[in-house]
Amino acid sequence: MHPAFSVVFFTTATGAGYGLLALLGLLGGFGVIPADFWLGLVGMALALGLIVAGLLSSTGHLGRPERAWRAFSQWRSSWLSREGVASVATFIPAGLFSIGWVFLGRSGGWVAVAGLLTAAGAVVTICTTGMIYASLKPIAQWHSRYTLPAYLIFSAMTGSVLGNAVLQEFKLGSTAMLTWALLATLAGWGWKLATWRYNDRLEIPTTANTATGLVGGTVRSIEWPHTEENYLLKEMGFRIARKHSAKLRQITQALAFAAPAVLLATVFVLPSPLGAIASVLAAIAQLAGMLVERWLFFAEAKHTIRLYYGLE
Amino acid sequence: MSKTAPRAANCAPSQRPLADTHAPNEGDGVETSPSVSDRIAKTTCYMCACRCGIDVHIKDGKVRYIDGNKDHPVNRGVICGKGSAGIMQHYSPARLKKPLLRTGPRGAGEFREIEWDEALTIATDRLSAIRSADPRKLAFFTGRDQSQSLTGWWAGQFGTPNFAAHGGFCSVNMAAGGLYTIGGSFWEFGEPDWDNTKYFMLFGVAEDHDSNPIKIGLGKLKARGAKVVSINPCRTGYNAIADDWIGIRPGTDGLFVLALVHELLKAGRVDLDYLLRYTNAPVLVVQEPGTADDGLFVRDADGNPLAWDRVAKRPVSAADPEAKPALTGSYDVGGQRCVPVFQIIAERYLGETYSPDAVAERCGVDAGTIRRIAAELAHVAFEQTVELPVAWTDWAGRRHETIKGRPVSMHAMRGISAHSNGFHTCRAIHLLQVLLGTVDVPGGFRFKPPYPRSAPPGPKPAGKDVRPMTPLDGMPLGFVCGPDDLLVDEAGRPTRIDKAYSWEAPLAAHGLMHSVIRNAWAGDPYPIDTLMMYMSNMAWNSSMNTVETMAMLTDKDEAGAYKIPFIIYSDAYYSETVAFADLVLPDTTYLERHDCISLLDRPISHADGPGDAIRHPVVQPDRDVRPFQSVLIELGARLGLPGFVEKDGSPKYRDYADYIVNHERMPGIGPLAGWRGKGGGSIGRGEVNPDQLQRYIDNGGFWHHDFSDDQRYYKMGNRAYLDFAVEMGFIPKAEPIVFQLYSEPMQRFRLAARGHGDVQPPDAERSRIEAYMDPLPFWYAPFEDDTVDLDKYPLHALTQRPMHMYHSWGSQNAWLRQITSQNRLFVHHQTAAKLALADDDWVWIESINGRVKGQIKLIDGVNPDTVWTWNAIGKRRGSWGLKDDAAESNRGFLLNHIIGDQTAADANGKRYSNSDPVTGQAAWFDVRARIVKCAAEEAGFTEPQFERFQQPPNVEAAPDKLSFGAAFRMKREAAE
Amino acid sequence: MTCLPARTDKKLGLVIDLDTCVGCQACVTACKEWNTGGHMAPLTDIDPYGGHVDGVWFNRVHAYEHTTELGGRTVNFPRSCLHCEQPACVTVCPTGASYKRASDGIVLVDEDKCIGCKLCSWACPYGAREFDTDVGVMKKCTLCIDRIYNDNLAEEDRVPACVAACPTSARHFGDLGDPASAISQLVEERGGVALMPELGYKPTNRYLPPRAHSNRAAKVDAPALEPIRAEGGFLGWIDRMLSN
Repeated sequence: MHPAFSVVFFTTATGAGYGLLALLGLLGGFGVIPADFWLGLVGMALALGLIVAGLLSSTGHLGRPERAWRAFSQWRSSWLSREGVASVATFIPAGLFSIGWVFLGRSGGWVAVAGLLTAAGAVVTICTTGMIYASLKPIAQWHSRYTLPAYLIFSAMTGSVLGNAVLQEFKLGSTAMLTWALLATLAGWGWKLATWRYNDRLEIPTTANTATGLVGGTVRSIEWPHTEENYLLKEMGFRIARKHSAKLRQITQALAFAAPAVLLATVFVLPSPLGAIASVLAAIAQLAGMLVERWLFFAEAKHTIRLYYGLE
Repeated sequence: MSKTAPRAANCAPSQRPLADTHAPNEGDGVETSPSVSDRIAKTTCYMCACRCGIDVHIKDGKVRYIDGNKDHPVNRGVICGKGSAGIMQHYSPARLKKPLLRTGPRGAGEFREIEWDEALTIATDRLSAIRSADPRKLAFFTGRDQSQSLTGWWAGQFGTPNFAAHGGFCSVNMAAGGLYTIGGSFWEFGEPDWDNTKYFMLFGVAEDHDSNPIKIGLGKLKARGAKVVSINPCRTGYNAIADDWIGIRPGTDGLFVLALVHELLKAGRVDLDYLLRYTNAPVLVVQEPGTADDGLFVRDADGNPLAWDRVAKRPVSAADPEAKPALTGSYDVGGQRCVPVFQIIAERYLGETYSPDAVAERCGVDAGTIRRIAAELAHVAFEQTVELPVAWTDWAGRRHETIKGRPVSMHAMRGISAHSNGFHTCRAIHLLQVLLGTVDVPGGFRFKPPYPRSAPPGPKPAGKDVRPMTPLDGMPLGFVCGPDDLLVDEAGRPTRIDKAYSWEAPLAAHGLMHSVIRNAWAGDPYPIDTLMMYMSNMAWNSSMNTVETMAMLTDKDEAGAYKIPFIIYSDAYYSETVAFADLVLPDTTYLERHDCISLLDRPISHADGPGDAIRHPVVQPDRDVRPFQSVLIELGARLGLPGFVEKDGSPKYRDYADYIVNHERMPGIGPLAGWRGKGGGSIGRGEVNPDQLQRYIDNGGFWHHDFSDDQRYYKMGNRAYLDFAVEMGFIPKAEPIVFQLYSEPMQRFRLAARGHGDVQPPDAERSRIEAYMDPLPFWYAPFEDDTVDLDKYPLHALTQRPMHMYHSWGSQNAWLRQITSQNRLFVHHQTAAKLALADDDWVWIESINGRVKGQIKLIDGVNPDTVWTWNAIGKRRGSWGLKDDAAESNRGFLLNHIIGDQTAADANGKRYSNSDPVTGQAAWFDVRARIVKCAAEEAGFTEPQFERFQQPPNVEAAPDKLSFGAAFRMKREAAE
Repeated sequence: MTCLPARTDKKLGLVIDLDTCVGCQACVTACKEWNTGGHMAPLTDIDPYGGHVDGVWFNRVHAYEHTTELGGRTVNFPRSCLHCEQPACVTVCPTGASYKRASDGIVLVDEDKCIGCKLCSWACPYGAREFDTDVGVMKKCTLCIDRIYNDNLAEEDRVPACVAACPTSARHFGDLGDPASAISQLVEERGGVALMPELGYKPTNRYLPPRAHSNRAAKVDAPALEPIRAEGGFLGWIDRMLSN
């Protein structure tokens, strides 16, 4: 699949944004972290900023962005529509939560309810995002039991590492938070490795034989219907060399998982402000790594249309 | 097509509209009944040479879409990939706008626009001078012309013998091979009996020529489950759907076919009765080596060939229906030893040279397969006969209660034609059909009227006597019957610029357009003044040895004058050849002009009846262009050519439309056969009918006459048909047409080579004539095989025309070029593996003539010693309205660059045209090649590259986007 | 509405005969020509005369080599919308632009509702949908909905353009939901198959497999030819044949 930057950025940014939003909603709402105006403002701005930037980026992918409002209508069948509804609906409790926690400096009570609903909205939104991909049968690498958890884990991971960085900046970091962020990163790493392992061994029942209905033997493409690249090839025929892909996987592992894990581990022992710096570096490295991960998520996904074009 | 056959081709129950075509009440607001056209104009397609009937739907003054005419005998409602893309041809940015006069050096593409009057004055002055000095100095060659009965006649009226169209590099081997053997030919003058055949063999047929009729026919065979066998090095297109694909080595089809003949003869599986009735198999041939009659037929005092009556034991007229002719034996007639033709046939083909084991390796087909095919042919022909319950009467008055047929049919084309042994190979295929008794019988190969004609048909080529200001005494192209008919001077030198009808190409029925540029450049046999061409891209994909051809077109003599002094060219598009012209006459598209698809030329007849058709303007030109035929008629009048002016010197015809209606070639016979006579009640012969064109338009643009059931088969000997053919003027007399398995005209050339007769070849030509003018088909290796070091050049390199394109016309079309804008070289996996080549590699394709670079694609469905590519994709930058980055001029390539236009020098140092020695057919499939992986830095772009052509004045750059059809929708929605 | 109808009154679709298709592209350009002025007009072509030409088409023909132990065959393969019974291209659509008609089962795009998110093209395993970058909306085969019910066309012309054009009669049209229909009978008789059935889209269109190298292949059971062994060989045989 073509790794369009708008979509790569969209899913990475909203993943992190909703992850952070859920974290703040829960921790803030229930008073685990204090209702500090600047902490709240920076945290919520970061979370909502990532979400809004992601959503705006996603409209850049549209052919007719002026009609984007129509996307809220088909929630009964469409995960994309559900994502649209959930992502926007989450802004309602998130707004209330912001008023309560950031501006009124309150936690518990209705703020806790709003925080909880915000977190729930964030989780639902991430689920819908994951399901957009997980539901696509023509793309075996996505249509697997790994995809939905991946979106949730990565959202929680990037949200937590970001949250930890914010808390560390405000000197509100905690071992629990740090541990959680580290564990989430390790979980993300593990999940990604498991996903790659699964995808690399994937035996896809859909082949050039089933695509053409020609039974047995080999079916080799000898001529395309057109000699220049068309929409299908540009959008769904994206090819990445195995060598290239291996290198990017290493970069992903280094940036998204290894570096943040090491940095976060050092925070346990580093004095302030070095711990805070390490936490921020961990978050930056991870977000950069996740952009690469998401790019690969698309680039390594193989649509069945490739079978018609004889692309491996 | 029988009378009960449905009207349209696609009419199976599973291809019909829904039982109820009322739109269901879906409530989704879809406009299911938009108005699609304001009017429908029915005319004839010209997206290729097939001449299908089309319905042009005009909406808001523009062409909305084009589909097939369901009533049309050629395509019966279907339309091919090209036909539907006609819109893009019509609205092409490559279209010329106005007459052009060269201003820069020839070949650069620098022109200024001039008015038509100036253009015609320039042409008239030049041609007038030629005509009054030496008319031969005009060479007029017309390419893919469908108006040869006009253009050839024009040349004759001008007085130049130097006329031909593109047949010389297309299919003259098929035409001549058929016409000299059975008096008809594949495609133009015959077709398989698609409704009855049970076993169909396809030789060397790429996806072109008769495209829709063959496809409709194949669909019928497939629907019936009849067996399709293809003999072709490439397994694409029609060959892909064959039940049996035989990936033969190029140029060896003749050997394969004669091995089938060998097997059939050996097993006695030939139709003796048919041979006796319809062929010259029983005719006695003199066997007196060294005499002037050796190899000629034994004739009676009236010139009738004789046969030996095996009962009466005496010679009788071979045409005597009561005779009991012998097919074998040796007889003494008038003191001369003679044998029946069939005896010679049997002796030759029963020889071990033609046994399957002897030919298998050379053909690349194992002997078992050859034997199996022979057995299948025999089985279907003799055990699965068909019999139509229709009574008919033969030429001798014998009544037959049914029409019997042997349901084996064959079709052959380019793969046979474009080899230097193509004529004999084509004859071999006809021999095979005739031995099986399957020509013009139910289930067999059938003639299309006005064929069959005598083999060969008359008349002979005109041009023996060329004088200033004097028309020729006939048409420049015709059929020779012996050395006396050749167009050579007393020294035996050619008198036509293309050397047609000379010792170098005696049976050149279509001329040798591919030789004209070289000969004119070399002044061999003589220099010319003006080369006038129409609709043929001779500077590019219509010629061999393109690089040298372009050099010849621009070469100058010591005085600085062009060696070919003046070039006039007419084309509708900015093709590669336009840039080499001095005067450019812009043509219209096929939707803007009149044409006639005439019985005098290449009509739209099918086996069940004659037909012809017209084109008429369905849209008006939006630019200053004129149909070439009308321009030619005006030129004729300006020059005062006898046929084109009245006695007072005024123009005889207003334009081509006027000519189509009013011209009479013979009294009562004109370009169109339908609705003749004052009231339009006559067909074939009749007075001029001023309303004729309107009658055609009213009938959908064509005329077709359906035979009665008893006229449909055995036309070579069917009295009802022969009488009709005489009435229509197809043949002079209602006499049977005898298939010439043994060709006496060819033997006459041989005798001349042996020193007999008044007209003899120069000594240097004798052995060539002796070898190739064999009166019976034989096989010899394509010339390049014998002259090239096959260890160095082990591969055969072929081109095929994509089914969705017709020469460069198709590859400039915005829709069609999306399908193919870069051609690959297809290479067999095993061959590539031996050469350490991988898929998508860039390679040099090298021959003794040069090299060209392209990208390979590996396949299995090709003869392993053969590589091939799609033709006419590669383009020169700056031509055809394409942008500079177009794949056609950067990654696509033209194989023509490496095909020689001349043979290697012979023992006398003489180089001949790279052509069949009998007909002069260009042998562009003979080329031997090798492929070499190119250096890394050479990959990704084609070579050779040529300088970009300048653009003609006032040409707008091609658009960056096409939204064709958006306007129809906007107008439609605005109206709602 | 992107929820699928529980059932459709008809299942209109195409049947493509791979045994007969010669790959001539007639259906391809006939489709392009009709539809570029039809319901989804235009089918925009970008860079039509340049090096990166890219247009919208509803029907494309591939060529394959199918090789089994029984032999090889070149197969021309037209690919277009299969008007599935379970078209995920419809259900994924967030706007309701894509829908499946309850009456005839045709899958359509309502361009006015399309936001050009392209997700439907991701959801289609068959590559049936092509995006018009100029108009910014997704386009696809309409099964010539503006032909098959068009009162302004002669009754006999109310079939999809590709079916009308096909010179080899390799394309068929009809109600595949009616087992008694001619097209369903054809599928039955020729062992028609669905593409990628494992994905569960339940395509309506069917493909008739090539017959060569199968038990449906056209065969001639001819005994081997026996040379004439009689006295005088072939020429002697002729004499006897003629004197009979």
